[in-house]
Amino acid sequence: MQETSGDTSGSPKYISIEGIARHFSAPGGGRTTVFEDVWFPVAKGEFVCMIGHSGCGKTTVLNILAGLDLPDGGVAVVDGEAIEGPSLNRAVIFQSHALLPWRSVLGNVAYAVSSKWRDWGRAKIEDHAKTFIALVGLAGSELKKPAQLSGGMKQRVGIARALSIEPKILLMDEPFSALDALTRGNLQDEVRRICLATNQTVFMITHDVDEAIYLADKIVLMTNGPHAMVAEIVKNPLPKDRQRHEVHKHPHYYALRNHLIDFLVTRSKTFKDEIPAGYDRRKPPVVSPNSQSPSSQSPDTQSPGTQPLPVPPPATKRAAA
Amino acid sequence: MTSWPLQARASLVSVLILVVLGLAWHIGVNTGGGTGQANVDPEYAKLIGAAANTGKSAMPGPLDVLAKIWQHLKEPFYDRGPNDKGIGIQLAYSIGRVLLGYGIAVLVAIPLGFLIGMSPLMNRALDPFIQIMKPVSPLAWMPLALYTIKDSAISSIFVIFICSLWPMLVNTAFGVSSVRKEWLNVARTLEVGSFRRAFTVILPAAAPTILTGMRISIGIAWLVIVAAEMLVGGTGIGYFVWNEWNNLSITNVITSIIVIGLVGMILDQMLARVAKLVTYPE
Repeated sequence: MQETSGDTSGSPKYISIEGIARHFSAPGGGRTTVFEDVWFPVAKGEFVCMIGHSGCGKTTVLNILAGLDLPDGGVAVVDGEAIEGPSLNRAVIFQSHALLPWRSVLGNVAYAVSSKWRDWGRAKIEDHAKTFIALVGLAGSELKKPAQLSGGMKQRVGIARALSIEPKILLMDEPFSALDALTRGNLQDEVRRICLATNQTVFMITHDVDEAIYLADKIVLMTNGPHAMVAEIVKNPLPKDRQRHEVHKHPHYYALRNHLIDFLVTRSKTFKDEIPAGYDRRKPPVVSPNSQSPSSQSPDTQSPGTQPLPVPPPATKRAAA
Repeated sequence: MTSWPLQARASLVSVLILVVLGLAWHIGVNTGGGTGQANVDPEYAKLIGAAANTGKSAMPGPLDVLAKIWQHLKEPFYDRGPNDKGIGIQLAYSIGRVLLGYGIAVLVAIPLGFLIGMSPLMNRALDPFIQIMKPVSPLAWMPLALYTIKDSAISSIFVIFICSLWPMLVNTAFGVSSVRKEWLNVARTLEVGSFRRAFTVILPAAAPTILTGMRISIGIAWLVIVAAEMLVGGTGIGYFVWNEWNNLSITNVITSIIVIGLVGMILDQMLARVAKLVTYPE
């Protein structure tokens, strides 16, 4: 697993989440463990989605990666350095776009640019900002205030702001969940295009299965909280150059989608009571659902992990016993 | 009629109301007090002097007031000794005191409000002081100010300062403490230093709330200066009103009321303009 290859996937551990835990003080004393001992890696240039139900601590994981929150245990490492606070190397696209309403589109992006390159002149900052505003398709709207933009356009500005600082990793917290379906689809296409073109490393939180299938190279499945854990990492069998309108024709598409939905509907609840034999928190199994074995136990040849494919509950019980 | 814009119709109604009120005033004054000497108490007759003999009430009509206003407008800045100065000079004294006291209050309240708003500890620690000081009438400070400062002019400025302070302080602290977390998170992820963050995120975010406090304060300051000047005397529009009451010149008192109202409105509108500049739609 540790080999460093020169291919596009780069180092397998560009981001490494190592045993992080987060507790919150519960009402009436005591404390609630949202998650503990969470481990997973993200390779350079990889697009990783995390899915799980509300309350499993997805956003907390993202905030820890952003440096906005600190883990109570364990460490998050990015490019060989432990995260100790927010950094311009890690850009965040917020769910609520979080634009500064008193600044124009250009002002919002330029604010980020001038924060990153503090010695740049005004003209250089604005040029750089305009490049990224154009990249997200908002050329011509530079002087508008956020209140004059639609929800989708606001989120485009948020994306431009995040990309403009040329971060090592891009963190997205359900960036499209507040948008209508059509706008969401368009923005997903844009984000996918930009991230592929720039080989951007992305970590994204979502609870939209189709969004994860379309965008992600790998999908990290979180079980329900409290005491949430990474159940497994699903390797997306769809090709990197997938097209939105052809995704569902892919032979492994339904196996993947069913696997994810099955996880969200049942296994996210039951996983921690039926932990499969050989499960190692430090190395969550990597699986790649395919249509040849929709519900059988035959291990996937593509998968370096040992986790069998979605197993019917009786079989799992036997394995755990 | 309905094709007129709303503003034009509203202005027309305003003018109509003014005319009706003026007429009522005029008729009231010219019919009510015209019963002659018989009703006038001899002591009072001595006080009001010539007016008692004419049988005319000391209560002026609207035309008298208009004439007086015209007279003041023709010569607002004359100075014929301590008890006879033009209304313009008196107003300038009052406005000067208000701006000075208010300006110092701005310089104290906004930084202090920032501190209180950003620090939950200071917020709680200073809260009891603010809560007790806020409802105290600023005039209650006057004896203390006169005793310690020993200067009536500075004392009235101090009173303006103390009454302008609280609304700005409370509003600044509230505005700063309620800046949206996500905006602060944006600044954090961009590694913006605390000084730059205060000026580029917190100040613009809290500015509308701060300006609301500033508008409340200037209103209170203008209310209080009249009372303060009545107490300390010497100069100012408050002293002018009291002096004219002693002269039994009700015309001048009414003129002053109108002028005080106009100046108060102008002060408020100036800050309203500024508030409009810093307000952002979400």
